[in-house]
Amino acid sequence: MRYLPKSPAERQEMLAAIGAKSIEELFESIPYKFRLRNALNLPGPLSEAEVIQYFKDRAAENSLGYSSFLGAGVYQHLRSVITDTILLRGEFLTSYTPYQAEITQGTLQAIFEFQTLMCQLTGQEVANASMYDGATATTEAVLMAERLTGRTRVLVARSVHPEYREVLQTYAKNSGLHLEEIRYTQSGTVDTAAIQGALKNDVAAVVLQSPNFFGVLETLPEIADAAHAAGALLVVAIAEGVSLGAVRPPCEADIVALEAQSFGLPPSYGGPFAGVIASRDKYVRQMPGRLAGQTTDGEGRRGFVLTLATREQHIRREKATSNICTNQALCALAATVHLTLLGKEGLREMAEQNMAKAQFALDELQKIPGVKRAFDGPFFNEFTLAFPRSVRLINGELLKEKIAGPLVLGTPYPELTKHGLVCVTETTSRAEIERFAAAVKAILSKPLQTT
Amino acid sequence: MEEKIKKATRHTNQNEGLIFEKSSPGKRAFELPPLDVPKVDAAKSLGAQHRSAGVEGFPEVSEIEVIRHFTRLSTWNYAIDLGMYPLGSCTMKYNPRVNEFVARLDGIATEHPYQPQELSQGCLKILQLLEKCLLEITGMDAITLQPAAGAQGELTGLLLIRAYLEKQGNARKTVLIPDSAHGTNPATAVIAGYRVENIKSESHGQIDVDKLRDLVTDDVAALMITNPSTLGIFEERIPEIAQILHAQGALLYMDGANMNALTGVTRPGDLGVDVMHLNLHKTFSTPHGGGGPGAGPVAMKKILEPFRPVPILVERQGGKLALEQVRPDSIGKVRAFGGNFGVLVRALAYILAYGPGVRQATEDAVLNANYIRKRLEGVFDLPYSLPSMHEVVFSDAIQKRSGVNTTDIAKRLIDYGFHPYTTAFPLIVPGALMIEPTESESKEECDLFIEAMKSIAQEAATAPELVKTAPRTTRVRRLDEVGAARKPVLRWKSMAKTKAAD
Repeated sequence: MRYLPKSPAERQEMLAAIGAKSIEELFESIPYKFRLRNALNLPGPLSEAEVIQYFKDRAAENSLGYSSFLGAGVYQHLRSVITDTILLRGEFLTSYTPYQAEITQGTLQAIFEFQTLMCQLTGQEVANASMYDGATATTEAVLMAERLTGRTRVLVARSVHPEYREVLQTYAKNSGLHLEEIRYTQSGTVDTAAIQGALKNDVAAVVLQSPNFFGVLETLPEIADAAHAAGALLVVAIAEGVSLGAVRPPCEADIVALEAQSFGLPPSYGGPFAGVIASRDKYVRQMPGRLAGQTTDGEGRRGFVLTLATREQHIRREKATSNICTNQALCALAATVHLTLLGKEGLREMAEQNMAKAQFALDELQKIPGVKRAFDGPFFNEFTLAFPRSVRLINGELLKEKIAGPLVLGTPYPELTKHGLVCVTETTSRAEIERFAAAVKAILSKPLQTT
Repeated sequence: MEEKIKKATRHTNQNEGLIFEKSSPGKRAFELPPLDVPKVDAAKSLGAQHRSAGVEGFPEVSEIEVIRHFTRLSTWNYAIDLGMYPLGSCTMKYNPRVNEFVARLDGIATEHPYQPQELSQGCLKILQLLEKCLLEITGMDAITLQPAAGAQGELTGLLLIRAYLEKQGNARKTVLIPDSAHGTNPATAVIAGYRVENIKSESHGQIDVDKLRDLVTDDVAALMITNPSTLGIFEERIPEIAQILHAQGALLYMDGANMNALTGVTRPGDLGVDVMHLNLHKTFSTPHGGGGPGAGPVAMKKILEPFRPVPILVERQGGKLALEQVRPDSIGKVRAFGGNFGVLVRALAYILAYGPGVRQATEDAVLNANYIRKRLEGVFDLPYSLPSMHEVVFSDAIQKRSGVNTTDIAKRLIDYGFHPYTTAFPLIVPGALMIEPTESESKEECDLFIEAMKSIAQEAATAPELVKTAPRTTRVRRLDEVGAARKPVLRWKSMAKTKAAD
């Protein structure tokens, strides 16, 4: 087998050195009747060329050649070939968690740069080395708020990503947290008055997302003031990081939970991505996940180490701040390289292109009779449309035109029947937008088929 | 000392500051295609209260500077691609490059989790085949691929157990965990709402079955066991342990971190395990990448199947695959969008490359560990003498006599061109040297490692200072970790700002 670096003779030599007659002898501590006598029933072995062919065949059964207007927490953005060039360097790809600082300074310095970039983006003072994704980062942010406040009630905006809320619910069930949903208003933003009404001195956190699931920006200062007046923390989730190139960061938040997928990571059918928790310096000892810190060696040279490990499971075991061990270091490195390439101007320009494309798409779609935007709050690159008929039916027709249409909102939001979420990024060409709008127009101009 | 080290030679590498220190306004490393729709006035469409003029402090550098920056940083890392990485419990094996290639294909990397299922049949077939393969390998009945890492797999497993017991009327209060377990086990049990009771190992490092019998009451939900244990020793009485738990209505959870010792040789499902997670970034070769991403699928017996996280992959009539979102008894979602698909792709590529021959990988991993054990026995103290599987745990008891501890030896290994083994774990071995070579090491590389370890043992006896001040050949020497934690500097700040703040 090509991955195994031993000849039959070498195996025999090693067995002889051990003093074993056969390889079977080395497995004698496994009770005989539980040792497999037959080979596993697995496909393969495949040569490299066959492995590639298998996956190319699967790729051909997916969405190649289709235009997509899907976002909803996973975004298609431009990626430079440089990001993968760096990621594929074996020194990064095949290195372990940097516990041995002397021979992992590359990873450690990159994490330190990642933490800095995340602080700059989110307007926070400290950021960790990454979490699994935006949903688990949001959950861990809430658990962190629970530890910081000693309270258990949590107000969660209904305009937060439904899957983020589902993950939070799974974790909350057994941690004694009580989640309460806060409705949204006509403008698509969270109902501030409802938050103010629900805020009492037993609330650990108010959880918002901005831009929220409907694409609308939440207005934070007033909600932050109300939360703080009640002794609660404001947790802000950000699913679309590119927005931060044009939108003011959530400085008022006490904890920010960011999904970094938009920074150089492909959609990859849902992962791997990287979540981030950013917060205030004073809360750092209750943060989950790994942190890289700057220090010096005996000769005064600058170096980096993993630090504040006494929060973590391998030291604290059942008293740890989280059970997280492996994080998403390589994804965080992708984000670091990508954001370094973009720089200040690149990110701003990318963000503004997203806004321009989304606005153009909205204008084109709203020209179609019966199609109108559902919410009037300011948006970034996604917007919610109300259609005159079922989005599911429209999407079925769009598929024939090789278009993956808007996300159907009726499942997560039963009140939003005939509503769809449209995402347009810098990767969507004007021609694709026009073709999409023309297709929707043609579909809606045909009478509804009742089958 | 240098001429006797065969594996490594010193060589010059580049200095490099932080990327922020290279920034100068106006430099660019990335250009977008021109905008093909009318520009919008950001301030107008967002409103003044939402508008930002750009991220303060973001780097402004050119493309060659980005390439050099990260390439230089990369040369400061040790990696599997450079040599043996004997970290016990971490299974640092070769990461096949074809896995990286296929995970990046158009039609794989480009796919959106919300795209219509008619357009996702390729992705779903990949998931289905991986499910089948992992069930065959573990001997289990059902599986979820959703958990993002081993620790999340543990949580998923315990939530499955909790849901199952709740359905029977009592979720119970306690999870039993041996003192040799990974730290994630107790941390996870707490998040799942359980109280942790630690079990002391018996004198051979195995679970004390008699004591276990006393501890398993109708208040115990599960035992979390690692098999082989973190000592690299197979728990011979695991079928009996399962019986003891089952007799009291409790379940057996297996931490699959050490599955590299068992794949193709025995199956946890046959041994009486009810639920387990796999670390795809260990046994199934997906790259560690400096600490993730991983994936932690959870395989289980039939009784737990109704509680799996949604969505559930199903095959409809005619062979079409679909994801079902609604299952009344599901524990819910543990991760958005169904999991780390890109990692799952790599793991399947690994399994396909081996096929049934994956047993050979297990055999070679166990062969390497036993070879190293045999040749270092006597040079280093072996606190538990039961047969080793895929890893061997020594202690520093002999070297301690001249004041040299496991960390010193580990740091000295760096000078010899190796990554250190795992130090100070498992907790039941004071001064542990936990060595897991994996199947990816040739006899030659194993011999170089053995030679290095012997040479260091000799240095510890004759020139302990040399070992205690290692590493001596790295860019930086031992770093001040106490200082780093006492006054944390966790981000870069511009000099101007730092001065103003002082």
